[in-house]
Amino acid sequence: MNLLDRFFGRQPKNTAVEAKDRLKILLAHERVTTNAPDFLPMMKQEILEVIRKYIAVDKDQVKVHMQRQQGVSVLELEVELPQGQGPAGKSASLSLA
Amino acid sequence: MSKVIVVTSGKGGVGKTTSAAAIATGLAMRGHKTVVIDFDVGLRNLDLIMGCERRVVFDFINVINDGVRLNQALIKDKRVENLSILPTSQTKDKEALKQEGVQKVLDELKGEFDYIICDSPAGIERGAMMSLYFADEAIIVTNPEVSSVRDSDRILGILNSKSRRAELGLDAVKQHLLVTRYDAERVTKGEMLKLDDIVEILAIPVLGVIPQCSSVLSASNVGMPVILDEKSKASDAYKDAVSRLLGEEVDLRFLLPEKKSFFERLFRRSA
Repeated sequence: MNLLDRFFGRQPKNTAVEAKDRLKILLAHERVTTNAPDFLPMMKQEILEVIRKYIAVDKDQVKVHMQRQQGVSVLELEVELPQGQGPAGKSASLSLA
Repeated sequence: MSKVIVVTSGKGGVGKTTSAAAIATGLAMRGHKTVVIDFDVGLRNLDLIMGCERRVVFDFINVINDGVRLNQALIKDKRVENLSILPTSQTKDKEALKQEGVQKVLDELKGEFDYIICDSPAGIERGAMMSLYFADEAIIVTNPEVSSVRDSDRILGILNSKSRRAELGLDAVKQHLLVTRYDAERVTKGEMLKLDDIVEILAIPVLGVIPQCSSVLSASNVGMPVILDEKSKASDAYKDAVSRLLGEEVDLRFLLPEKKSFFERLFRRSA
């Protein structure tokens, strides 16, 4: 901001902060979808089949997520068990180095 | 042991070719035998930036597909010892860059050079994928601007999943962040993403910060890698980056605006 701007009280907006915030939200979403390994859908299907062998669960009751953090990838597996087959909303997760 | 380093970004126009030319030249100036390869088949420009466009007889694609010897296509730089350029072809044939062919050329270059710098085209098409596939290290060129940072993030994801090192389960491709067109004055005013923001988002170590500098355009006008312009700030910044690439610890420069005189401050118009 130069002196004339300052004299007339024109304050520039800090747009860089908005850029950073938008990027953080966008990339948190995109990293989950676009960076998922190719084998993820197949693995999800196989995991689902194994669980179905023992418990009657719906396709959408099993959620598989892969997240990249600094230095590690985290594979998150969430299985919603139906009533009477164990505590509801039970979930398990494992980490891949 | 020679190293294959890709200079990539996803987004176009951020300074990949300028950076590939400067860093390759810098490595050669430091005494390392270096070759810089243009992977932008159909839209070659490295030859122009390096100032050797009139010396191109055979190219990378001729070596892969037409039985031309590598030494017939390599162009020795006239200013810097130890530096060679491998230009690409202007063909429209997208299939010209065959993986086995690229591997063969790289293997042969490894016998002769310490550093093989691969100048990637923009995008994530074949040329870009081939340029990063064989890389040991990657220099991610990023502008302090939202679309560039987003595309860099995408390229990092591809390096981690689609490179040869990822496919074979070897040590990951070593990643370096090179921020170009950095305008410290606008950063101070809050108009431009600052280095710390970009590092926080992309989470990779910084190789260098190249300030916005008129010398970059002037150097490309005359076909000279900007690192050879002794008076330019961009040249100093690229030299620092080369030192860091060679494992030296060098403090970052050009992160703060230059002090201006009272009259400059009073009458300067904002960009």
